[in-house]
Amino acid sequence: MAAAHAEEHPATTTGLDHRKLLIWAFLASDCMFFGALIATYLVYYGKSLVGPYPQDVFDIPVTSVSTFVLLMSSMSMVLSYSALRRGNIKAFRIWLLSTCILGATFIGFQVFEFNDFVQHGLTPRTNLFGSTFFTLTGTHGAHVTLGIIWLLSMFFYSFKKGGITPAKHLELDIAALYWHFVDIVWIVIFTVVYLFGVFEGF
Amino acid sequence: MADTKKSHAGHNDAGAHADRSDFVAAGHTPHVEAHHPTAATYIKVAMTLVAITMVELLVFYVEGLGKGIIPVLLVLSSIKFALVIMFYMHLKYDTRLFSMLFLGGLALAISVYIALLALFYL
Repeated sequence: MAAAHAEEHPATTTGLDHRKLLIWAFLASDCMFFGALIATYLVYYGKSLVGPYPQDVFDIPVTSVSTFVLLMSSMSMVLSYSALRRGNIKAFRIWLLSTCILGATFIGFQVFEFNDFVQHGLTPRTNLFGSTFFTLTGTHGAHVTLGIIWLLSMFFYSFKKGGITPAKHLELDIAALYWHFVDIVWIVIFTVVYLFGVFEGF
Repeated sequence: MADTKKSHAGHNDAGAHADRSDFVAAGHTPHVEAHHPTAATYIKVAMTLVAITMVELLVFYVEGLGKGIIPVLLVLSSIKFALVIMFYMHLKYDTRLFSMLFLGGLALAISVYIALLALFYL
């Protein structure tokens, strides 16, 4: 049994699991990807020739609530991971499903917001603000959606015999790292895009 | 943590290798077994994140701060960012290689922004 496990997870020269090393390398590259999108938004900030402008469309109280929802999803994600490590499968499933629901709620807020912006006449083709804003937040939304699909697949996989077990917590750890990354990207977007966007002195 | 690093450093040593094989055989990897916070710590971090977000909003609605609001919001946002990567992503407890890898990507991302700014404003 032990030998079979050893073959499944061979020792590496670094002493680190390559899957975890790979997810960190991916997150580092995704950092650069979002860095480029945020930089483009900022460089073109205030250069739109026609409205609507950020001050005309942003609703900070609504975005604050969606930010709160995403922060809570990060907490439920880490509690799911903690429960799995402790071998509490029931709690692991409850927290994981909560994460998916909170993630879906965040996406619901984003759809509501995008729809509201379109009602105000802001589309990706309207001006530089629209193009850069929808590209940045749309890409983030796509990341969240992929994360929800990933976590849901893990949730259903956990019902399969030998699917997600405490001994295989690394598989959930990798998905959790992706989810938290999506959260930290939003932390930056909320401040730099939304709060700075409405601030007149920026 | 120190023990974990010691086992990494000694991976060529036969004894250390055998230890790690046993460890891996149990379905774990050395870095994953580093100390992890309790659920109570995770909840405290979440509450801190929510509190900082509320402070951000308060600062945002305070009139008269002028451009002084920008560094304040940046610092608050950086604290939230650091809390998530340190505690939720376990960089505080994991091997330093992950931190170097991720912060390297972050540094490059910031460099992209500075390069773009230079392109437009210099």
